[in-house]
Amino acid sequence: MHGWTGKIARIDLTLRKIDVQPLPPDTCTRYLGGRGMGGLFLQPAATLDWDHPDVPLCLFTGPLTATAAPTSGRCHMVSVSPLTGLMADASLGGKIGVQLKRAGWDGIVITGKSNEPVGIDIKDNHITLVSAKNLWGMTTDAVHQYLNPKKAALACIGPAGENRVGFAAVITDRHHAAGRTGLGMCLGAKNLKYMLVSGTGRTRVKHPEQLKTARQDICRLTAASPALMGRYGFSRMGTGAMYDLMDNRHMMPTDNFAATWFGAAKDLNAAAYARAYSPKNHGCKGCHILCKKIGTRTPAPATPAAGTALPEFETMSHFTALVGLEDIQLVTAANQRCNRLGMDTISAAVTLACFREITQKDFTPASLLALLDDIALDRGEGKALKKGAAAYARSMGQPDAAMAVKGLELPAYDPRGAYGMALGFAMSTRGGCHLRAYPISHEILRKPVATDRFSFSGKARIIKIAEDLNAVVDSLIACKFTFFAAGLEEYAKAFSAVTGQDVTAQDLLAAGERIYYNERIFNSCRGFDARQDDLPARFFTRPGTGASQIRVPPIDRAAFLQAKAAYYSVRGLTPKGLPTRTKAEQLGISWKT
Amino acid sequence: MENLIKKYAGKLVEAGLAVSSGPGAPLVGGLDQTMVWNTTAPEIPLLENIFQHLNINSLVFLRPTFPYDRIIRFLAGRALTDGGSILPQDCETRTFLHDLPVVDQFDLHAIVKTLKHRKTVIVQENDPKTGFFGPAVIAPGTVSPEQGFVHISSVCFACFVAFFTNYLAGLKSGLQDPEMDQVFDQVLPFLQNKAPACPDLMHGPFSREQDVYAAMVQTGREIVAHGLVDSYFGNISCCWNNTLYISQTGACLDELTGCIDPVPLDGSSTAGITASSELTAHLETIARTGCQTILHGHPRFCVIASMDCDPAQKAVCAFADRCHTHCPITRHIDSVPIVPGEVGSGPFGLCNTLPAACDTSDSVIVYGHGLFVTGKTDFTQAFSTLTAVEHLCKNRYLEQVQRLKQT
Repeated sequence: MHGWTGKIARIDLTLRKIDVQPLPPDTCTRYLGGRGMGGLFLQPAATLDWDHPDVPLCLFTGPLTATAAPTSGRCHMVSVSPLTGLMADASLGGKIGVQLKRAGWDGIVITGKSNEPVGIDIKDNHITLVSAKNLWGMTTDAVHQYLNPKKAALACIGPAGENRVGFAAVITDRHHAAGRTGLGMCLGAKNLKYMLVSGTGRTRVKHPEQLKTARQDICRLTAASPALMGRYGFSRMGTGAMYDLMDNRHMMPTDNFAATWFGAAKDLNAAAYARAYSPKNHGCKGCHILCKKIGTRTPAPATPAAGTALPEFETMSHFTALVGLEDIQLVTAANQRCNRLGMDTISAAVTLACFREITQKDFTPASLLALLDDIALDRGEGKALKKGAAAYARSMGQPDAAMAVKGLELPAYDPRGAYGMALGFAMSTRGGCHLRAYPISHEILRKPVATDRFSFSGKARIIKIAEDLNAVVDSLIACKFTFFAAGLEEYAKAFSAVTGQDVTAQDLLAAGERIYYNERIFNSCRGFDARQDDLPARFFTRPGTGASQIRVPPIDRAAFLQAKAAYYSVRGLTPKGLPTRTKAEQLGISWKT
Repeated sequence: MENLIKKYAGKLVEAGLAVSSGPGAPLVGGLDQTMVWNTTAPEIPLLENIFQHLNINSLVFLRPTFPYDRIIRFLAGRALTDGGSILPQDCETRTFLHDLPVVDQFDLHAIVKTLKHRKTVIVQENDPKTGFFGPAVIAPGTVSPEQGFVHISSVCFACFVAFFTNYLAGLKSGLQDPEMDQVFDQVLPFLQNKAPACPDLMHGPFSREQDVYAAMVQTGREIVAHGLVDSYFGNISCCWNNTLYISQTGACLDELTGCIDPVPLDGSSTAGITASSELTAHLETIARTGCQTILHGHPRFCVIASMDCDPAQKAVCAFADRCHTHCPITRHIDSVPIVPGEVGSGPFGLCNTLPAACDTSDSVIVYGHGLFVTGKTDFTQAFSTLTAVEHLCKNRYLEQVQRLKQT
């Protein structure tokens, strides 16, 4: 095969056994790789508890990984979420995708549970299990320093994953967090501390010249994108470039989503970080956008030192407006703390905001950092918070204070300011996630064209199509940011050039629909239906913070429900949000009762 | 969705690309949970079927009106005998559409097959038996009918530019092409109009921010009304009070209300992330020249003139396949320089070539792309220059054609 290596490694941590499994070409074409393939291999575990040893932890590359296709260096991790109970998945940046593919593997599927802390060392075809007893308890930066991976890629967990924090992250190559849905806890439950991967092979490309042309087309489009390569785009300013936009649009979640505008925001934007930290560019392997920013100077004593990754937009927003603090050095410190401890910054901040609302205790920078430590180290008030906002709010008898959908804490876009986002949050197979449908593309960034952000008109189908598209993006694999500029039309050309298969954008979308529906089936097996496809009540009852030109009313509940019903119809679900056998078979998914 | 469908059907008519009623009226359809169209027509059952095969939410069908119908029919006919696609070299096609595929039948399978690969398809069929007559252009959208509107407008623009560019190049090469001559003669009346009078625009210097916004909205509307830009292309900016006010990316110049970004010159805000792709070029130009306003349109003959190159010279040019980024010759139309450069801020972006060219000229043409014009305190002079340069380019073109036909 071209594009795929045609084999995966099955690693049983209980038996310490490693098997090689071939991947049939038809399976590759139908589920592509990454999230799609992970979802397929997860399917047999649909009815198991998240920490059952038979639940696999899947790490898959895609057919474009380790090729010249732009932004294709990522890989995708899939398991069952301890935080939500849904399928869990997250994209891993850095270089682990490239190294795993070069090592000759389309993916690895890890089952069982080691009886002691262990690491997985992959060097080309050789996979060994290495004792990690001496690393248990270490922060992720310490693990990185100890193992000193050099050109190899390192993914590891910190104390949060070991101590069963529901939103524990997997940190790759020091700076890249696979944060959402608690995958770090999945590793921790298997006593898996790290994966160290290096490879020397090359992905076979069927038509290198065609791939070169496809790359040029994609790079030309990204160069034309103000959001990506413009003076104030992600490449220059990082994802923090979104901060001013959310402020201007009055959709910055403030005080645990009680308001949508934060008065201090103008002094806490990406330009402020640039002044303070003089950042340099950094990015995932094979990416030309380089959205990650690394500080090159220490702005003040007792602040994170030069070499620290600067916070992404979500972290910038949630560790200021959401929790009521106005200090960029605190944000950078919190970001660094979360990365070292191995925690998702979004979920951590929303959980803290929930705590603040319920306890009515404001944070100081010191008290916030201390509480982050307590969560990761399972001590003090952290014990109650480590299960996430929803569990904490329930335990305090105030479930409405948790700003989460299906247990996953909401990112930094207030849905009252973008109704596609509202629908996307509610319908997501991952819980409160902005990336499944990523409607900021058209509702905020005006790509491919602008849509009315205060209307549900047409949004059901728009969200469905975008979900399919992003399922493809997570499976090829490419970075979602690229799709602010390029489209599947261009990536289909890259896919065809790599694999030799004559595939169109629409063919890929069909695969995306299959991948997404498969997730919906998986979640329905775990008891999820229309009841959970909803938003926290306050979005329907309280207005956001408007301005003279912008009204931010509560979302009209009836309009939302109408859009939700339209979505079910378009997606091929029952009015109760459940998948059907007919639709599954139409998509070529085997239906097991 | 109904509002959008009506809006973009109307905009196609306003742009002079379609007639408002009868078989030449545009068809715009949208699908959320249910399907809606702007009108009824015999083509709709087949068009509706396209939704069954593609993951889309909207579709635009257009039979272009004169002169686009003649031009597209000619180019599509040639394409059907030579690879199946029209290959315009203008910037918009190269960047966004890549090429313009053609099918010879109004056939569901053929249309779907093409639209699986590309954003548009041209249908060339003329069959008295079926009653279908082409050419027609079809373009779907996944978010809004605006995508179909934009892509179809781009097809019409690209074909117009490609036809006149190729025609001149053919004459210069001494090729005899009676069929092309015939089409040229048919569309010639469309070109023979005088330069329109400049509208009375708001005068600067502006003393209030709201006047800046109002002047930009007014000027944008006039640029579109004068046919100096198509669909959502072109951009406009005004520097006032240490802030650059610039049209947003993907904003139609005739709908700028609410679509202008204020970008502080000191870099203290990233609000310009939604500004035009040419923000960097605008900022650099203003910094270098001290001008306060910039207009950028896509006047057709400026674009055509920018691609006019001596065939003999081009045949031996090492950069003949990269004219748009690497053209090594500094060319002029009278005193107006022509520079290479792609859209945006990439290594070959026009932000690297345009600002320097503006040092010596208040109007600069970017190869295959469009015209940038600078102004001092308001848009009056810039607008006048925009129309004058386009008129100049058209006259130069027609003079060349006349001279070459006589020899």
